[in-house]
Amino acid sequence: MRTVNLESQKNGTMSKAKEKSAKKRVVEEDDDQLPIFDKDVTEKKAGEEDDADLSDSEESVFSGLEDSESDSHDEEEDAEEGDDEEDDDDAVILDEILTKSSGVETATEPPATDKNTPTQPDVKTAPKRKMKKGEGVAMDDGGEKGLITTRHGDEYEHDTSDEEDIRNTVGNIPMEWYQDYPHIGYNLDGKKIFKPIRNKDELDEFLDKMENPDYWRTVHDKTTASDIRLSDEQVDLVHRLQKGQFGDVNFNEYEPSVDFFTNEVMIHPVTNRPQDKRSFIPSLIEKEKVSKLVHAIKMGWIKPRKPKETTPQYYDLWAKEDPNAILGRHKMHVPAPKMRLPGHEESYNPPPEYLLTEEERMAWEQQDAEDRKLPFLPQKHSCLRAVPAFSRFIHERFERCLDLYLCPRQRKMRVNVNPEDLIPKLPKPKDLQPFPTTMSLVYIGHSSLVRSISASPTGQWLVSGSDDCTVRFWEVNTGRCMKTLEVGGAVKSVAWNPNPAVCLVAVCFESTVLLLNPGLGDRLVVSSTDQLITSYEPPEEDKEQAVTWALSEGPEHDNGHRLTLTHPKAVKQVVWHGKGDYLASVMPDNSSNLQVLIHQVSKRRTQNPFRKNKGLVQCVSFHPLRPYFFVATQRYVRVYNLIKQELTKKLMTNCKWISSMAIHPGGDNLICGSYDCRLAWFDLDLSTKPYKMLRHHKKALRGVAYHKHYPLFASGADDGSVIICHGMVYNDLLQNPLIVPVKVLKGHQITHDLGVLDVTFHPTQPWVFSSGADATIRLFT
Amino acid sequence: MGGLQKKKYERGSATNYITRNKARKKLQLSLADFRRLCILKGIYPHEPKHKKKVNKGSTAPRTFYLLKDIRFLLHEPIVRKFREYKVFVRKLRKAYGKAEWTAVERLRDNKPGYKLDHIIKERYPTFIDALRDIDDALSMCFLFSTFARTGKCHVQTITLCRRLTVEWMNYVVTSRSLRKVFISIKGIYYQAEVLGQLITWLVPYQFAHDHPTDVDYRVMATFTEMYTTLFGFINFRLYQTLNLVYPPKLDSKAESELKAEHEEDYAMDSESYLEKLSALSASLARVVATAEEEEENQLDQFPADGEDLENMEAREKEQKEQEAQNRLFEGLKFFLNREVPRESLAFILRCFGAEVSWDKSLCIGGTYNVTDETITHQIVDRPDIDKQYINRYYIQPQWVFDSVNAKMRLPVEDYFLGVTLPPHLSPFVEEKDGDYVPPEKLKLMALQRGEKHVQEEEEDDDDDDDDEEYNDEVDDEDLTEEKNLKKMEDQRSQGKTLAVKVTPGKVKPWETGSVGNKVRLEKEEKAEEKRLAIMMMKKKEKYLYDKIMFGKKRTTREANKLAAKRKAHEDTSKAEKKQKKAKKQ
Repeated sequence: MRTVNLESQKNGTMSKAKEKSAKKRVVEEDDDQLPIFDKDVTEKKAGEEDDADLSDSEESVFSGLEDSESDSHDEEEDAEEGDDEEDDDDAVILDEILTKSSGVETATEPPATDKNTPTQPDVKTAPKRKMKKGEGVAMDDGGEKGLITTRHGDEYEHDTSDEEDIRNTVGNIPMEWYQDYPHIGYNLDGKKIFKPIRNKDELDEFLDKMENPDYWRTVHDKTTASDIRLSDEQVDLVHRLQKGQFGDVNFNEYEPSVDFFTNEVMIHPVTNRPQDKRSFIPSLIEKEKVSKLVHAIKMGWIKPRKPKETTPQYYDLWAKEDPNAILGRHKMHVPAPKMRLPGHEESYNPPPEYLLTEEERMAWEQQDAEDRKLPFLPQKHSCLRAVPAFSRFIHERFERCLDLYLCPRQRKMRVNVNPEDLIPKLPKPKDLQPFPTTMSLVYIGHSSLVRSISASPTGQWLVSGSDDCTVRFWEVNTGRCMKTLEVGGAVKSVAWNPNPAVCLVAVCFESTVLLLNPGLGDRLVVSSTDQLITSYEPPEEDKEQAVTWALSEGPEHDNGHRLTLTHPKAVKQVVWHGKGDYLASVMPDNSSNLQVLIHQVSKRRTQNPFRKNKGLVQCVSFHPLRPYFFVATQRYVRVYNLIKQELTKKLMTNCKWISSMAIHPGGDNLICGSYDCRLAWFDLDLSTKPYKMLRHHKKALRGVAYHKHYPLFASGADDGSVIICHGMVYNDLLQNPLIVPVKVLKGHQITHDLGVLDVTFHPTQPWVFSSGADATIRLFT
Repeated sequence: MGGLQKKKYERGSATNYITRNKARKKLQLSLADFRRLCILKGIYPHEPKHKKKVNKGSTAPRTFYLLKDIRFLLHEPIVRKFREYKVFVRKLRKAYGKAEWTAVERLRDNKPGYKLDHIIKERYPTFIDALRDIDDALSMCFLFSTFARTGKCHVQTITLCRRLTVEWMNYVVTSRSLRKVFISIKGIYYQAEVLGQLITWLVPYQFAHDHPTDVDYRVMATFTEMYTTLFGFINFRLYQTLNLVYPPKLDSKAESELKAEHEEDYAMDSESYLEKLSALSASLARVVATAEEEEENQLDQFPADGEDLENMEAREKEQKEQEAQNRLFEGLKFFLNREVPRESLAFILRCFGAEVSWDKSLCIGGTYNVTDETITHQIVDRPDIDKQYINRYYIQPQWVFDSVNAKMRLPVEDYFLGVTLPPHLSPFVEEKDGDYVPPEKLKLMALQRGEKHVQEEEEDDDDDDDDEEYNDEVDDEDLTEEKNLKKMEDQRSQGKTLAVKVTPGKVKPWETGSVGNKVRLEKEEKAEEKRLAIMMMKKKEKYLYDKIMFGKKRTTREANKLAAKRKAHEDTSKAEKKQKKAKKQ
């Protein structure tokens, strides 16, 4: 009974062992795939080594499947351990193996088995060898696995080097190497293994093929040089392997899976392994670590983490405020301006006038956002409830933020001045009287623009030259035209001789300067003038002169013509010297030095004072007292000393184009009118630059004049106005001249964009004459 | 001559300024960090006086910072914190990438933060400095406190802003320092006078914001960060000056009252407390209970050295007025209907000593019901109300605002339910000579002076009166109106004489007399004198003068335009009225 039990048990183990080996193989395959479990595997192996004879409990823990059974098997085996039937066991096993493998082996090598069986001590090696043989021929799984189970832990079992056929010990070499030898190798004892006597040739082969019905199952073993006929089982095995099936017929690859870790609670633990001692006692290493931490905390090396404070803490930041603790940078600090406060138009319910009309709204919408005067549209809501959210609220706040940190700041001084304070405090014009204030007479008679006027030194007569080729003489007080003289061209300039003892008028037109005796006023003076002219005696040696002096005769003489000076070029201006003997004429010409000529009437002499051309001469003037001569070119006024014959001063006028010039009767001051609307006052003692620049005219100045006695000067311009200024020059050299505009006189009509062409003062009265483009002369008193 | 040749741009203003990019390089900061630093430290670009010199001859548009400012930034400890934060972000990103969640958590726990206390102290060495600069902080905090608690910015910031603004409002209520209020289309402007500083802020209407996409919220958030810190410290100090407990606590009495009623309505204690505070209905707890005494305490007046008696009297008068304004609504009991903006009205009314309540379902903190018989005013913003009590006024909210600005209780008749409201004027406008003054303002000023404005009242009765009377009235009004206008225009033209050409005057009927003629002549003479003097002005001064006069002319032109518009409007409205009357008959 017992033996039977045993037998069946062994069979059971065998079959189990088979399965297990399969598992093991699977596990080993797994080895390659999952290196993670390396440790476990080695452990397992170690376990296997440790208790070779012990059960496979360790292994079963991992392979797991047939644990419960193997457990029981272990116990039983353990129980049997003490028995002396151990040998029997082995023997039985061996027997079985033998019987099992005999089927295979008998055909090939019966003697080997025979040889091995009797020797007990060889038991272990023999089956092994046999097994190897089986493997070499055809693997008998059952047998091999059986061996493994019994010879647990022999890991060299599978070593490939052992798999070679040990009947021939040459090893795994190409057998061609033994082709030329009579033997094919050596057996275990070192004896030569001879080749079979006759090798099969082609014919034998063929015959064999034809005759031998088992030819198809015969294979040639090169190592032993023998033919082996495969048994049925082996053939079957080959077929199965070829089909990709399991080699073992009995192996069911579709066994129902056994859920090992089921949800069902088992009454027994999975392993029955007793708990380790270390699981009951506290760990020393842990204790050490904890004590280290405790120490660190005690020493204050480690601080427990505080919960983060999310709400900011406020305290009295300015508890110790020191107003002097202002950093250096605050000196340059420019505080940001505050936001502009809202006006009525921003109200939700503004007064109606602040709402935009339809056109204004349209204009607002078409404007760019930057150009808009109001950044929003004023709106009216009937009640507070109806007020919507302001859509640009966040925008505006954001723009404010941008302004605060991106906008360059600059301290700008806002001019907080009362505009009244900017106006200079000047003496009242009322206190500066007399000066001309109203237009009292208009001298009408000319038919074209009146270029030039001049008053007689007595102040009784006025001469005017016009573009209608006439010169007219007027009585100042009545406005009567006393005389009209036709001349040969448009009169450019007239000048009354300033010497009251001489009654002579210089008139220039085209290239001629005409000296006239109008025959007005004191007869004595008139006749003495004539006498003066006729008393001329030509000098002995006649010098070549630039102009020709011609005495008028006949009807011309009756008309008043006395002397005719024919110039080589067109004459623009004539000017008398204060004494009345010298006369200067201007012939503007940019290309030659012959621009200014000075004539002496009593000697009928002419000379050209300049050797060089210094620019286009605009006008010239004599100094009233000293022998100085003023020449105005386009931009400069040059002052020449006539005696020393040198340049004394060059005045920079800062004007673009000088039109006219007048010298103060004192001789130390000078005014220049220019076409670029400026009037420059020079103080010759002070500087060569203007002392004062007046820009009171809107258009080009045409004429300027000083009064002989009163501190007045006048300027006439194309805007049709004459501006009278009070220009007081003090005898005290330290006091600067006082210039006060006192009156703007209007009256001239503007014709052809020309207004006033010339102004001149009455020699004794504070009156001013002005001639205009409207062919009139006006007297302001 | 000797010596080294002086190189250009190595001294003077060129070395005092630095461009933004260079500054950034010097500080080794990214643009975003640089921006944040500038915002926090209050560094801003300066416009150099001679830009070309600073720009080394180039005229390219560049922004310049003062080199001193940038040097000053170099030693800012917060720069290091910025760098730490940058490293933190990098580490965190790495940890995320590697999915090391414990590392992420650890990094999160050790997130570097910074405090701005020292910067505030540095930027505002004294408390008054800080107070002067609080306008923007207030407006920003009020804006942020209205944000929804989603997206856009951190919830903590929003709650903090809310808390700070509530504290501020409570302070203003307790100190009674509100001066002016103004309902604009943007929001409600408030102006308070705190420690002698006028502080104006703007509160948006309570609507959800339509967040614009072209606004950089990071910039705003940085500003808010700075502002909340500043604002908190200011609040603390202000509470201290009033002997109030900070963070604010409700009066124990009030607290117990409130607790009894509404405790179960709110889930979180802290939240409900803030709500209670923001209700503004109860007074705050004080450190020392001396509230009554303080108010009684009168300061003696000493004339300062350079001050004469008149000046002092004026000051005294002003003070008295101020006190009167503070007690404007004292003794009145208001009830707010649910459609009016509760917070702003409660704030204003409480600032001037009124008692306020509202519907229980509207907000926590209402102290009495609609049914209370002692209520004197009920503020309603709807055309009609069903159940009206006879012993109280039903008025529109604008009455409160206008009364505060007028510093007196305005007649309530103009603000009854369903009545077309009078225009709401800005209290911030101070008209100078020559500016346009809307007629409503003139009326108000008359009212303030104590003149009984008869016309207005009659106007109210107008509708009931018969046509004739009405017409008379209108004519009267017209006349006065015209006179007013004329007067204004005359005044203006006087100011304008400079610009006007003097033309030969026509003889006007009232000037026929010799006296008038003389006067006119004198005037003309003066004008001429001026004109002549202007001729003598220097070029620079003339330019300036012309500019000033141009500006003046423009203002008068605008004022005239407004006056004309008003007149046209009145004409049309009158015509319409007449038509209506005619139709009725």
